[in-house]
Amino acid sequence: MKQENALFDDVLKAAPEDFLRSWLSEAEQSGESASLAKTATHDAREVMSSLQEALRADADLTRFDDAAWGRTRAVLSELSQSRAAQGASAGETSYFVLAIKKPLFAGLREALAASPQRAFDALWAASTLIDRMAQWTATTYQRSREDVIQRQQQELLELSTPVVKLWEGVLAVPMIGTLDSSRTQLVMEALLTRIVETGSELAIIDITGVPTVDTLVAQHLLKTVTAIRLMGADCIISGIRPQIAQTIVHLGIDLQGITTKATLADALQIAMKKAGFVVTRAAA
Amino acid sequence: MCRQMVRKLTQQIKFTLVDQTKMITAASELSRNTVVYGGGGEMRWQIVSQGIKTGLRLWFEDKGPGIPDVDLALTDGWTSGTGMGVGLSGSKRLVNEFEIRTAVGEGTCVTVTRWK
Amino acid sequence: MERIPILKMGKVLLVTIQVDLQDQVALALQDDLSAQIDKTGASGVLIDISALEIVDSFVGRMLASISGIANVLDATSVVVGMQPAVAITLVELGLSLEGVRTALNVERGMAMLAADDRNRIDD
Repeated sequence: MKQENALFDDVLKAAPEDFLRSWLSEAEQSGESASLAKTATHDAREVMSSLQEALRADADLTRFDDAAWGRTRAVLSELSQSRAAQGASAGETSYFVLAIKKPLFAGLREALAASPQRAFDALWAASTLIDRMAQWTATTYQRSREDVIQRQQQELLELSTPVVKLWEGVLAVPMIGTLDSSRTQLVMEALLTRIVETGSELAIIDITGVPTVDTLVAQHLLKTVTAIRLMGADCIISGIRPQIAQTIVHLGIDLQGITTKATLADALQIAMKKAGFVVTRAAA
Repeated sequence: MCRQMVRKLTQQIKFTLVDQTKMITAASELSRNTVVYGGGGEMRWQIVSQGIKTGLRLWFEDKGPGIPDVDLALTDGWTSGTGMGVGLSGSKRLVNEFEIRTAVGEGTCVTVTRWK
Repeated sequence: MERIPILKMGKVLLVTIQVDLQDQVALALQDDLSAQIDKTGASGVLIDISALEIVDSFVGRMLASISGIANVLDATSVVVGMQPAVAITLVELGLSLEGVRTALNVERGMAMLAADDRNRIDD
């Protein structure tokens, strides 16, 4: 084992329970909530054991990205993920890791009391290593939160663009909210897939819930319609409010022969007619 | 062609089906360009990452005559329907990042990137 | 070199494209189809692309080409089974496939060609 690694390992194995206690009490200073304190001890032990494993495998203290530190990284990822899920803040999570400095520095200072220069070097190495560990923890934390947010966004997006079957061969998509490119992508994918699955030849896109239609939005709509037509189906756009109609004319947007209707009801009527259905009211 | 390679790579990175299709189609267009207009060329690939994003970067390089007016080549040629126009400008829309380096007599290199 | 088989079903020529088209195979297909339309007096051509996962500008041009050729030879044509991912990509590519008629599946495509044929008889 390298000299410095051996030094660190000695500090860790000299009095592990004291080390642990000192670490945890320091971590509590950041105000870690009680529920986290339960897992804190287990987490700390895992970190300590992974550190010892890496040190003994002669891991390079300056290169935390090396394979030798793999288990430590994995342990830190896990604890940051679980803390993220439990609602701990990024600060609390990284402070937990930083708190190990207290017992580690104390141990090193004691071991090297006779040689201040070496002590400085060792403390510096320890500090850098722990900072990298905290950095890794913070990044993983960030990643987990972003994954959660992304998943929630996706669910929200999917919930707000349901494709419904209005009639035999007629599908409808009520669009609600602003129509941007990622929304359009989602609608296109969902709608086109359903068209193939149900063999529906007509899709009604209702834009009653779309607040504004500018050139960009119109482009997104046109793309969707073109894709539908390419596949061999057709499309009606309904829910065109008077203001939107004005905007469309003003901006000179060419709707390329797409049938447009003011209401979903009108669109359904046209769709049924196209599909060859006749609706009559039963005699009272 | 290089399609199988690109398909394998996009599946490895776990692109959605639509993104896979877009990337493979762009690769098809660009490699066709190197053959038709550049007298043959090569494709290089690299899996890239930026922070937490993962993506695929492809380079299409040929030692052909180069493109004299890139801006013109990049304007939508779809109504005129001639080969290069659609291939270049179309590919640009299929990817997230698009870069082209070309000069008359010095060949062309197109770099495209798509993020997951 | 493999050639794509052309099946005859009544007055319709049926082509199923199942692999990524190599240039030569595509060109051979155009030749074969023209010859077949002429030889059989077919009134309709149905091209099934439901197995095609990638349609680039070359394939797009080929499909447009076949439609044009069929037209000139007094037959109608229809392309069926385009996959959603392909449609989305084609739109982004900017390929309008103008002049190419499409239908959702073989069934609808055949119905379309049959209707064309009926109209033709009335001429």
